[in-house]
Amino acid sequence: MPVSITLTVNGKTTALTVEPNTLLVDAIRQHLSLTGTHVGCDTSQCGACVVHLDGVSVKSCTTLAVQADGRSVVTIEGLAAPDGTLHPMQAAFKEHHGLQCGFCTPGMVMSAVDLARVNPDATPDEIRHWLEGNICRCTGYHNIVKAVESGLQAMKTGASAQAAE
Amino acid sequence: MSKTTGIGASVKRVEDYRFLTGRGRYTDDMNRPGQCHAYIVRSPHAHARILSIDTSATVAAPGVLTVLTGADMVADNIGSLPCGWLIHSRDGTPMKEPKHLPIAADKVRHVGDQVAVVIAETLQQAKDAAELLEIEYEELPAVVAPGSVETAGTAVHDEAPDNVCYDWVWGGKDKTDAAFAQAAHVTTLDLVNTRLVPNAMEPRAAVGEYDPGMDEYTLTTTSQNPQLIRLLLCGFTMGLPEHKVRVVAPDVGGGFGSKIYHYAEEVIVVYAARRLKRPVKWTAERSESFLSDAHGRDHLTHVELAMDASGIFLGMRVNTTANMGAYLSTFSSCIPTILYATLLSGQYKTPAIHAEVKAVFTNTVPVDAYRGAGRPEACYLIERIVDVAAREMGIDRAELRRRNFITPEMMPYDTPVGLQYDSGNFARNLEDALALIDYDGFPARRAESAARGKRRGIGFASYIEACGIAPSNVAGALGARAGLYDSAEVRFHPTGSVSVMVGVHSHGQGHETTFAQIVSERLGVPMDKIEIVHGDSAKTPFGMGTYGSRSLAVGGMAMMKAIDKVIAKSKKIAAHLLEASAEDIEQDGGVFRVAGTDKSVDIAAIAGAAYVPHNYPLDELEPGLDEQAFYDPKNFTFPNGTQICEVEVDPDTGVVKIVRFAAVDDFGRVINPMIVEGQVHGGLVQGIGQALLEHAIYDEDSGQLLTGSFMDYAMPRADDVPDFEVKTNEVLCTTNALGVKGCGEAGTIGGAACVMNAVCDALDIGHMDMPASPERVWRVIRDSRFGMAAE
Repeated sequence: MPVSITLTVNGKTTALTVEPNTLLVDAIRQHLSLTGTHVGCDTSQCGACVVHLDGVSVKSCTTLAVQADGRSVVTIEGLAAPDGTLHPMQAAFKEHHGLQCGFCTPGMVMSAVDLARVNPDATPDEIRHWLEGNICRCTGYHNIVKAVESGLQAMKTGASAQAAE
Repeated sequence: MSKTTGIGASVKRVEDYRFLTGRGRYTDDMNRPGQCHAYIVRSPHAHARILSIDTSATVAAPGVLTVLTGADMVADNIGSLPCGWLIHSRDGTPMKEPKHLPIAADKVRHVGDQVAVVIAETLQQAKDAAELLEIEYEELPAVVAPGSVETAGTAVHDEAPDNVCYDWVWGGKDKTDAAFAQAAHVTTLDLVNTRLVPNAMEPRAAVGEYDPGMDEYTLTTTSQNPQLIRLLLCGFTMGLPEHKVRVVAPDVGGGFGSKIYHYAEEVIVVYAARRLKRPVKWTAERSESFLSDAHGRDHLTHVELAMDASGIFLGMRVNTTANMGAYLSTFSSCIPTILYATLLSGQYKTPAIHAEVKAVFTNTVPVDAYRGAGRPEACYLIERIVDVAAREMGIDRAELRRRNFITPEMMPYDTPVGLQYDSGNFARNLEDALALIDYDGFPARRAESAARGKRRGIGFASYIEACGIAPSNVAGALGARAGLYDSAEVRFHPTGSVSVMVGVHSHGQGHETTFAQIVSERLGVPMDKIEIVHGDSAKTPFGMGTYGSRSLAVGGMAMMKAIDKVIAKSKKIAAHLLEASAEDIEQDGGVFRVAGTDKSVDIAAIAGAAYVPHNYPLDELEPGLDEQAFYDPKNFTFPNGTQICEVEVDPDTGVVKIVRFAAVDDFGRVINPMIVEGQVHGGLVQGIGQALLEHAIYDEDSGQLLTGSFMDYAMPRADDVPDFEVKTNEVLCTTNALGVKGCGEAGTIGGAACVMNAVCDALDIGHMDMPASPERVWRVIRDSRFGMAAE
């Protein structure tokens, strides 16, 4: 039986009717037409589908839409400022050429942003370990690690600037 | 200060904004009004006869629109998926070319072979209904191991009772035999080049549309070469008129070769869309990708190297069995032949080489080009046997390479395997890489590792590859069934911005940036007024797409030719506007000046005059500023370089850790160093992946793919691989005006050889096969400790 749920996605609250077995990623991609969140595997390994659920990174391919009922979801589309200015982590990926085909990128960026919450001073080794659940076939990770290092730094600077205001 | 724009500048990528904000448009992101969904039922058996398919319960299930089988396609004259390269066996007979129907009609020949397609309103309905399909199979023995197909006692195809597709030879046998007769030492080696699954992160997908009013078709597909797919769809599988078919490859999430080919699913969605008169969408699940994307490599090779007493290479013999899988994929036949044996000279002046290649059918997924395609296989065996030879001869491995390198003075150099290298300084790449890795400091580092109970090893790979496969007539004489040129159209708009339509395709390479850098420099137009358009047969001229690092060397050259035509016409328009002779007009970027004067006009004004031709030489020139060019290369290009890697092995666990990695590459002229470095990093990790992690394994009895998901197939992850030190040495290519050689595959060409050379050095053994996984390395160490022979 279809069930009604309410999601707050990228700040906007939406009521949806989904099947009990509808995955969060399908709710995001199919019901809400937010196609920036990708599906790259069927075993919860690749991380292309990572979004934030109440501020914590999750793989939306292994989360049921009903589990997100009443909660806040942020997808890659919700990361940049309303005027289009890139989030510091997005900007760092561009600056350091941390993406090629772009398919793993949304999940990679969402995971990297969550690292700032868990370990804002992560070393390159810790960054590599954190990204173990995000597979990229293009970049060889070298530039992704550089981008995340720089993005974490920029997020800290941004946060302290905000605190000073 | 380094350049900030134009050729040679690390310009940040134009395409990044849409990818970083979730606005990329990949095939599965497209949803058409009235769209329905295809679910493909695949064979659970490696080899079986289809006795019957009962669709009655399936068609009656909720939401189901139709069920299609091979019989339906046969009845509608849907053709076989073609192979694009004809190879002849040594006895002059053409390769065995069995039919490859998009849906199997009589037999299934690998696990994952298409058996039926269920189309329903929703994907879930299609999947549920597929469960109700009753298919009766008669299981047959499976041919799995490529080394024993002739005695397998069963045939994948009736046309090839011994399961041999072709038995091909290349090079000079008599000369090579004579060289071996004089040898002071012969090194021999048997090695396996493991089967790999390309695994681009975006699974394949296709949307077929049919407009009955216009009798027009549109296929949106995850392809590296949409124009080629249209050609094959029209000329072979569907028999449609090309002017009624549009093929679009929008943003594509990586290819690495696996998205070159014309796949069954592309035929299925177009065919189904015509039957249903509705858009039909199919997207692979990852487990389907493992069972239906063409795999790579899978060679068994015996190689012998003959040397004189000082280690000078006299001759090389190579005997390879190449697994084609169950069917011939689009370019499969040329990979272990034309793109492999022609590279067996490597960077060395080996005077005599002879290669024998037997291609065989097995009940496994078809094998075709995977990043590097033939060239990594060639490099792997050359660089491995050079290391083994150095070990046997007691010569330092760098020194043995130096003694045998082709030198810059020998260029252009004709190899004994049919190529002419135009340029390169192989010794300099090696010396620079040795300096980057601090080769002299290695003994101290090895001692330091040993003090911690670790075994340290160092390995090199001095690779060369051939890119931008060419020229078309030579390729045709060697069996190619398509041209290998490319095309571009440079269209100035009336207000001065530029669209450039190219026949090559970008799926991560950053063409929208690098091609625009060239246009910007040559025509003086700012980057933000240039758009590079690719991936849509309705927009671009006919081109052959992107693979084999051909985009810049072939597609970029077509664009240069079109730019030259724009400049030539602009000079005439400028001459008219400035009341001078066209011969007196000098061009510098976007400025056209009468030589020796300050009279000039810029290209935006020229474009304006061309489209509003009030003051214009209408009796001599056509209005407009829109030029198209096709370019057929004179020769391959030959990127080359040396990669060096240092590993540390934990003898207790068998874990191999890469601790240092340096690569020095000659790609000819570099347009965007940032993008080139990114290509090298990514290529190296695919090489490292093969050496340490990846391995597609079939059960030899059942033919089941045992490594059919990311849970079982070890993809390289961020914590598996090191940082890289990379450097380029530009030696300009002499056979194209841009001087470019290509960089897309280089990392993968040498990567696996380089890592395995380091592993074997660390373990102090001649050879072990890939992957050097902890278990296998641990076994080698255990066997050597207890005096057993290493594998």
